[in-house]
Amino acid sequence: MSTIEHDAVIERPESEVSGLGRLHELVTTVDHKRLGLMYIGSALLFFVVAGLQAAVIRLQLAVPNAGIVPPQVFNRLMTVHGTSMVFLFGMPILTGFFNYLVPLMIGARDLAFPRLNAFGFWLWLFGSCLLYYSYVGGEGLYGAGSAPDVGWFAYAPLTERPFSPGNGTDYWILCILLTSVGSTATAINLIASIVGMRCPGMTLRKMPVLVWLALIWSSMILVALSPLSAAQVMLLLDRFLGAHFFDTQAGGSAVLWQHFFWIFGHPEVYILVIPGFAFASEIIPVFSRKVIFGYEVMVAATCAIGFISVSVWAHHMFSVGMTPAGNVFFATSTMLVGVPTGIKIFNWLATIWGGKLRFRTPMLFCLGFLFQFLIAGLTGIMLAVVPFDWQLTDTYFVVAHFHYVLIGGLAFTIFGAIYYWFPKATGRMLSETLGLWHFWLFLIGFHLTFDTLHFAGMLGMPRRIYTYQPGRGLEAYNLVASIGVLFQAAGVLVLVINVIRSLRSGAPAGDDPWDAWTLEWSTSSPPPEYNFATVPVVQSRRPLWDAKHPEDPDWRYE
Amino acid sequence: MKRAIFLAPFLAGTVQALANDWGMGEANSKIERANIFRPLSTPAHEISTLAVFVLAVTTVIFVIVSGLLTYSVVRFRSRRGDDGSEPPQVYGSGPVEFAWTAVPVLIVFVLILTTARSIYTVQAARRPPQAVGVRVVGHQWWWEFQYPELGIVTANELHVPVSDPPGSTPTFLELESADVAHSFWVPRLAGKTDLIPNKTNVTWIDPQEPGVFLGQCAEFCGTQHALMLLRVVVHPRDEWDRWVSAQRKPAAGDPSVANGRRVFESTACVSCHAVRGSGAVGRFGPDLTHLMSRETLAAGAALNTPENLKAWIRDPAAIKPGALMPAMNLDARDLDDLVAYLVTLG
Repeated sequence: MSTIEHDAVIERPESEVSGLGRLHELVTTVDHKRLGLMYIGSALLFFVVAGLQAAVIRLQLAVPNAGIVPPQVFNRLMTVHGTSMVFLFGMPILTGFFNYLVPLMIGARDLAFPRLNAFGFWLWLFGSCLLYYSYVGGEGLYGAGSAPDVGWFAYAPLTERPFSPGNGTDYWILCILLTSVGSTATAINLIASIVGMRCPGMTLRKMPVLVWLALIWSSMILVALSPLSAAQVMLLLDRFLGAHFFDTQAGGSAVLWQHFFWIFGHPEVYILVIPGFAFASEIIPVFSRKVIFGYEVMVAATCAIGFISVSVWAHHMFSVGMTPAGNVFFATSTMLVGVPTGIKIFNWLATIWGGKLRFRTPMLFCLGFLFQFLIAGLTGIMLAVVPFDWQLTDTYFVVAHFHYVLIGGLAFTIFGAIYYWFPKATGRMLSETLGLWHFWLFLIGFHLTFDTLHFAGMLGMPRRIYTYQPGRGLEAYNLVASIGVLFQAAGVLVLVINVIRSLRSGAPAGDDPWDAWTLEWSTSSPPPEYNFATVPVVQSRRPLWDAKHPEDPDWRYE
Repeated sequence: MKRAIFLAPFLAGTVQALANDWGMGEANSKIERANIFRPLSTPAHEISTLAVFVLAVTTVIFVIVSGLLTYSVVRFRSRRGDDGSEPPQVYGSGPVEFAWTAVPVLIVFVLILTTARSIYTVQAARRPPQAVGVRVVGHQWWWEFQYPELGIVTANELHVPVSDPPGSTPTFLELESADVAHSFWVPRLAGKTDLIPNKTNVTWIDPQEPGVFLGQCAEFCGTQHALMLLRVVVHPRDEWDRWVSAQRKPAAGDPSVANGRRVFESTACVSCHAVRGSGAVGRFGPDLTHLMSRETLAAGAALNTPENLKAWIRDPAAIKPGALMPAMNLDARDLDDLVAYLVTLG
């Protein structure tokens, strides 16, 4: 028991720090918690911006032949929306959460390389700004460019000089190169910390599931981001030094770019969603009041996902004209990845089974995640069936499918994680009432938008079109999808209000508001700069359970 | 008030839709809608059958798993008057884990076998000698259709014979691109196959009924990807023969429109457009030899009427912003003469 107690004597009085001093602290900090929150805060800012872009996109598509934005502007919006959501929101907010949580959960005082951590953050932040700077700086000769308009996966040869004059594509390349360096730095940092800095007693088999998943996530980043960076450098060489990797007019290969991009791009989907699994694996047990079912299997399944996910990339390319044998191979690997994913869903289900469920906001978002991720997985199976994919690929069905993964799956768990760990990071609770409003508004909006878009795709609506003609039977689906955006936007607005209000006047949280079991809840809220006054010693995966139930500790069963 | 402001752009868009669809809304509503589950050609049919099977399998999985989820959420909710004790902790179970690993593996096995079968049915089909061959070239943002064996070149509307049972005459398409990647997609006839520069892909269709089928480019290809539309016209056999012989003729030479022809041949039109039997041999834009035999202009962006043709030549960007054809800046008389000439190209 004594091992996990803390004392909060060395608190610095907040009021003495001036505004400029606070800024100086932010710029010079190497504290994993501050950097984590800075990642999360900036990522949420980009989330709001990219969400507003999506709102303009849906406004333009609400009715056929609408003239709200011209095609050039639409194509920029859709490119910057996609790039922002993946590289400026998804990756960094997850980086932020892992930055914040992993040292606390392994009982460490910081990450292994605090300065590398700060370096990664600033590189990422300024890299991100380059994407938006392209709106003013991307003009190039004769005002030929603006923000990138080549789509977030930027297929060659559309990105080559003849088809993409101006500097928009160059800013896109630089943004992705720099943000990738930031992510890679974090990945190295996390691996080193998890491998080398766990508190006494925490063997690999006693790490919380989230920490295991952070380890797998980091390893996947190291594998997946290198081909992406390589491809970006090759494209830069094409554009500035006259190389011809992807320049089809000089004999380059358009398909080569697709291979490079997707061997990053598909692991990337799992890189985005595995942290969602991690959040769900922490939240669901606590609010079901049960230990996670099948810990080893959960970890093994995630490892399996990590390995299989690097062999599935060409399922984005079924219509590119591969041989039948190639198509069968990638169909097989893609369907196989459904097996460990299914196992994970079953294990969460078994965790809930026989529990005493508490429907607080974090749990509601995780339950939404379970249902929606199930559907996303099943539509994923449909897309793995190659001939079915020939009809569905590059249509709104795919748009609906991956928004189900990334919003219905990932964003829901991120919201859950915000409600769950906000009390730890700030010392104050988020309002439960506003949380309910946020959940229901967002849930309704999400389903209005993305359920309907599946059907638009099956009725012949390709993705990435700035308009569609009347009389093709697409009007109703698109109008409903656009109305859903209003609900989603309202939901996010409620979250913002909730955060601002709770920061000022939320109920005090205490150290352990959810009666949870992992180490971060053993220190104060917010944790002191050094995390733990004395380094904790653990005997099981749930040290706080052991402390709360000395008569029936976990380590007897593990 | 707030609400009205929000609705304004919607209403503005609607108004513009009524004013500005260049006749395509009405034209589209006369054609049966695209739908991947109403196939009329072997590849699309193969896909649709497989898709229904996959939908059935996934629906069963969905019903079972979401049923279990719903049941456990309702059944195991904490109840009022709960004593606050923790429920029994269950750490896992080998046999259960094995069961829910084995069942999905079996399902995946079945799905892979059916998938492989369909892949080979569509991709490994042999081209019969009586098949019609078409070379499809994707351009930003229109389709070029060449019939090498018939000596025909046309654009944006693919004409093929019906391929009903008595003697099947499928159409085999060789897909290429002149610039960036595109994708050929007509949902009721076949799935997508991409048009990739420096690569020749093949796909095929054998439409079972005459009719008009809508499709469009399905790979993002730049500014006007949205209006790179496509229609396939399937003719009964006798009508097909008539279409072929009409298309093989050189352009009509109507002396009453000599002025318009002079405008056409003395301006930049000929740099990009060809009219067989005249001096115009440009290949950058669509072949205009039988322009008026096509129902639409600008890859389906506008109905092919003399008024729309005139509006298109005056300012292509008004119909299709970003289109690569420049505004020709002709004076009113030259424009009228030019349109009068083009209208004779039947």
